[in-house]
Amino acid sequence: MPEQASPPPLSAPAPRPIFEARGLTKVYQMGEVRVEALRGVDLDLYAGELVVLLGPSGSGKSTLLNILGGLDTPTSGTVRYAEHDLTVDDDAAMTQYRREHVGFVFQFYNLIPSLTARENVALVTEISQNPMTPEEALALVGLAPRMDHFPSQMSGGEQQRVAIARAVAKRPQVLLCDEPTGALDAQTGVMVLEVIARVNRELGTTTVVITHNAVIAAMADRVVHFGDGQVVRIERNASRKAASELSW
Amino acid sequence: MRAIDRKLWRDLWHMRGQAVAIALVVMCGVGTYVMFLSTLGALRATQDDYYREYRFAEVFATLKRAPESLRARIAAIPGIERVETRVVEPVRLDMPDFPEPVSARMVSLADDAPHGLNGLHLRAGRLPLPGRADEVVVSTPFAKAHTLHPGDRFHAILNGRRQALTVVGTALSPEFVQQLRPGSAFPDPKRYGVMWMGRKALGQAYDLDGAFNDLALSLRPGADAQDVIDRVDALITPFGGLGAYARKDQLSHRFLTQELDQLGTLATLFPTMFMGVAAFLLNVVISRLVTMQREQVATLKAFGYGNGAVIAHYLKLVAMIAGSGVLGGTALGVWLGYALSGIYMEFYYFPWLRFSLQTQTVLEAAGASFAAAGAGTVVAVWRAASLSPAQAMRPEPPPRYRETLVEKLGIKRWLSQPTRMILRHIWRKPLKSALTVLGIALACGIILTGLFQRDTVGYMMNVHYGMAQREDLSVAFTEPTAYRARFDLAGLPGIEHVEAFRSVPVRLRHGHLDYRTTIRGIEPHGDLQRLLDTELRPVAMPSDGILMTDHLGKILDVRAGDRIVVEVLEGNRPLREAVVAGLVKEYLGVAAYMDLAALNRFMHEGPTISGAWLAVDHAQLQGLYARLKGLPRVAGVAERVQEIRNFNRLMDETMLFFTYVSTVFAVIIAFGVIYNSARIALTERGRELASLRVLGFTRGEIGYILLGELGILTLVAIPLGLKLGEAMCYYIAQTMQTDLFRVPVVLVPQTYAFAVAVVLISALLSGLAVRRRLDRLDLIAVLKTPE
Ligand SMILES: Nc1ncnc2c1ncn2[C@@H]1O[C@H](COP(=O)(O)OP(=O)(O)OP(=O)(O)O)[C@@H](O)[C@H]1O
Ligand SMILES: [Mg+2]
Repeated sequence: MPEQASPPPLSAPAPRPIFEARGLTKVYQMGEVRVEALRGVDLDLYAGELVVLLGPSGSGKSTLLNILGGLDTPTSGTVRYAEHDLTVDDDAAMTQYRREHVGFVFQFYNLIPSLTARENVALVTEISQNPMTPEEALALVGLAPRMDHFPSQMSGGEQQRVAIARAVAKRPQVLLCDEPTGALDAQTGVMVLEVIARVNRELGTTTVVITHNAVIAAMADRVVHFGDGQVVRIERNASRKAASELSW
Repeated sequence: MRAIDRKLWRDLWHMRGQAVAIALVVMCGVGTYVMFLSTLGALRATQDDYYREYRFAEVFATLKRAPESLRARIAAIPGIERVETRVVEPVRLDMPDFPEPVSARMVSLADDAPHGLNGLHLRAGRLPLPGRADEVVVSTPFAKAHTLHPGDRFHAILNGRRQALTVVGTALSPEFVQQLRPGSAFPDPKRYGVMWMGRKALGQAYDLDGAFNDLALSLRPGADAQDVIDRVDALITPFGGLGAYARKDQLSHRFLTQELDQLGTLATLFPTMFMGVAAFLLNVVISRLVTMQREQVATLKAFGYGNGAVIAHYLKLVAMIAGSGVLGGTALGVWLGYALSGIYMEFYYFPWLRFSLQTQTVLEAAGASFAAAGAGTVVAVWRAASLSPAQAMRPEPPPRYRETLVEKLGIKRWLSQPTRMILRHIWRKPLKSALTVLGIALACGIILTGLFQRDTVGYMMNVHYGMAQREDLSVAFTEPTAYRARFDLAGLPGIEHVEAFRSVPVRLRHGHLDYRTTIRGIEPHGDLQRLLDTELRPVAMPSDGILMTDHLGKILDVRAGDRIVVEVLEGNRPLREAVVAGLVKEYLGVAAYMDLAALNRFMHEGPTISGAWLAVDHAQLQGLYARLKGLPRVAGVAERVQEIRNFNRLMDETMLFFTYVSTVFAVIIAFGVIYNSARIALTERGRELASLRVLGFTRGEIGYILLGELGILTLVAIPLGLKLGEAMCYYIAQTMQTDLFRVPVVLVPQTYAFAVAVVLISALLSGLAVRRRLDRLDLIAVLKTPE
């Protein structure tokens, strides 16, 4: 098992990583209690790779993902995406970064309940530069027939696929998924993972998937094991399994 | 439409009940503001135009008799633009359709200058032809009251001679926008009117041919009115001048001005209250909405919507609610404004009313609404938007509860679990609970303000006409008359009791303050006319010194024992000092009193009277009228019952309007506050309540937990609201202190009961509306969704 991050599989000369995190810490101060969610994370991610982030609950995975996505800033350390410095506490710059580069998929979908599937996607396409149409994005996740349904009229898996459509519709360079299958049964989960893998493959989107589920690690280029606020080790899979081959 | 705007519409639809409740409150605020201000604007504009177009004079004076040659000397005073000499006389009328005595003020019209000062606005017919002593123009309200048309005839006693007069026209004049019989507080067009006759004819009737007894002047721009008045006084004093006065002291103008100022105060009081409530409601509703949507806010931000966009999103929502309130309120305000102006047009005689909605008024109202709405919202939205999205995505920590003070007092064991939940919930957000109480209390208070005028006026009338002024009829003589005239009156059949009085027109001075009024000399120990102290006990008339109405005391800034200067405006116009013996309580008018004999001594005259108050046998009233009309010296007769009736008729309409409007508004506020609180409680605690249902609580029990809180707040609010209402009534009463009448604050038990009932019913209805939702609480859905 390689200890350090290695280049992505397809490119021969080592390219510059697209994400570069060094010595990241994040401390939450809640009254008396001090929670160290991250305690010195060094991590490089490369363009186009699919990384699975594995780790026990409370180990800081979401915290890291949020920082990579510009939803939160670290307490100390540096993190860079391409030429963006993600440690700056500048709301406007962060908003701009998220708007232009990042797609999120959340564990609880976070769809806007008052908007239909199509409108939830449109919400994002309307503010991006070169998006797909909401219809294309929904077709990509196999939901073209349910376009005009409200979230409350869809199953969890369908909602999660809408959330993915929403995340990828703007053709982001980065797709960050926080336990996208956490609330789904195995069969639906596989369907959702297939979509993520396809987007990664077809659009070349750098993708990070957080999960508790070790089985899912098999579909990644690299697997980052997380524990107690730190990277424990990084595995490189010799070959990626297709999502459809997974089962749990 | 953009997706984010769709969300807006759907959110709005989802919260439509609350949105409507808030929009209604905004509507009331804008409505009252537009109503008051557009009425005020309309009346002011009408007043201005009317005064200008009909050349309302700026300085007035009355005198006994001066030759026309004086005119040129007056005209030579610098600053005077125009001089009009007139003949003005009180006359008695004999109306064919009406047995009771009727009096009028007869004013001369310049025969040669049709565009003189105080021009007539003819409503029908024409002006009298020069020299025609039998032609008059009568004031429109008088004509209406007696259904007079050009060509109709009636008789008048001019200078003791009975004379037939033909109505050639009906008209209004800027000088008589309010037509009050001297000494009366309410218009009575059936018994008092104004009419106009050619100058020459009227002069001849009163032996004033080539002479005049009244002056109207207009000034050049920038002229110093006081300087003109002083110079005019110097010229007319030798001719029995009673002291010139500026427009601001002209009765019709003065009353109108005071009334409009009052209206201006009300125009700020009510809208301010409504806007306060609207701001509060928007704050709680939007805070709650944003809290509920904090994950949505986080999601929007995660996908690249900036803080500005998020805040704009919610502000748009608020703007739509406030905006519909503004639109509705403007329409409501115009509608109510028409109604209110209509009422004013009954009290004040304008030839037209230029009612128009001022853009500025609407903009101000809209500005205030949006500001209130924005203020109520921005903080809540800002708090949500400024959270980092990662933070906002996490569920809110469970609310912190504490034991309440009430529980700590040791009565905890008496309280059931549900009751403890209620108390802790109230306690958790003390500010919000307090504001809810305040909102409900305001509703309660507003009802009192709407009804108090009725109670108060009833009380005023009782005191004034029941305890102080208790005669059946009052008779005024054309001029001071020997005391024995009292016995002539007493001898008439049907008269049970007579009390004589002497009225002397004066200008009272204290330091730099002065006021024109009359001193009434009254018989001591009288029973028909009594003076009351502040406790409403009859005051014995001191044998020396002046008693005056407390309001006059305030105007002149005098207390018992102070010395004042009395400038008599009659006879040879002596200037004397007098001592203020004390102040008396009177709600109407601005009079001063002396013992009759003392006043005669003060005037250096023998026993003289100006009129008398009569108690009569009502069975013989008709015959008595006829005899009184026949008496040559009687200038006018006023009947007390009629005064009261007139007043009530006028008041009823006004009061009904205010009662109605304030009740509807109070219901809206009460409903807006209570319903919104209940709805918010329901969203905040839906899960909790559903869990309780799952645990086996009945609908009634969870209904109690949810609505019990509002019940308690309502019960706390009611006594507070009654106190608040009293305070508002005092404030309004304070603004209604005019020379015409002062308003005490009197509230009868029924009014309190009504206010309480309205609030309770509104609370009940809001409770029921929410209770219906509570019954349909979806247990599964509530428990399933992630918090
Ligand atoms: N906003 C916050 N305030 C306080 N503590 C926080 C906050 N966010 C995260 N934490 C704490 O930081 C630690 C890491 O949280 P994080 O959400 O990153 O864990 P995770 O690995 O994603 O866990 P899970 O698999 O359960 O989602 C936890 O102990 C959590 O309680
Ligand atoms: Mg997590």
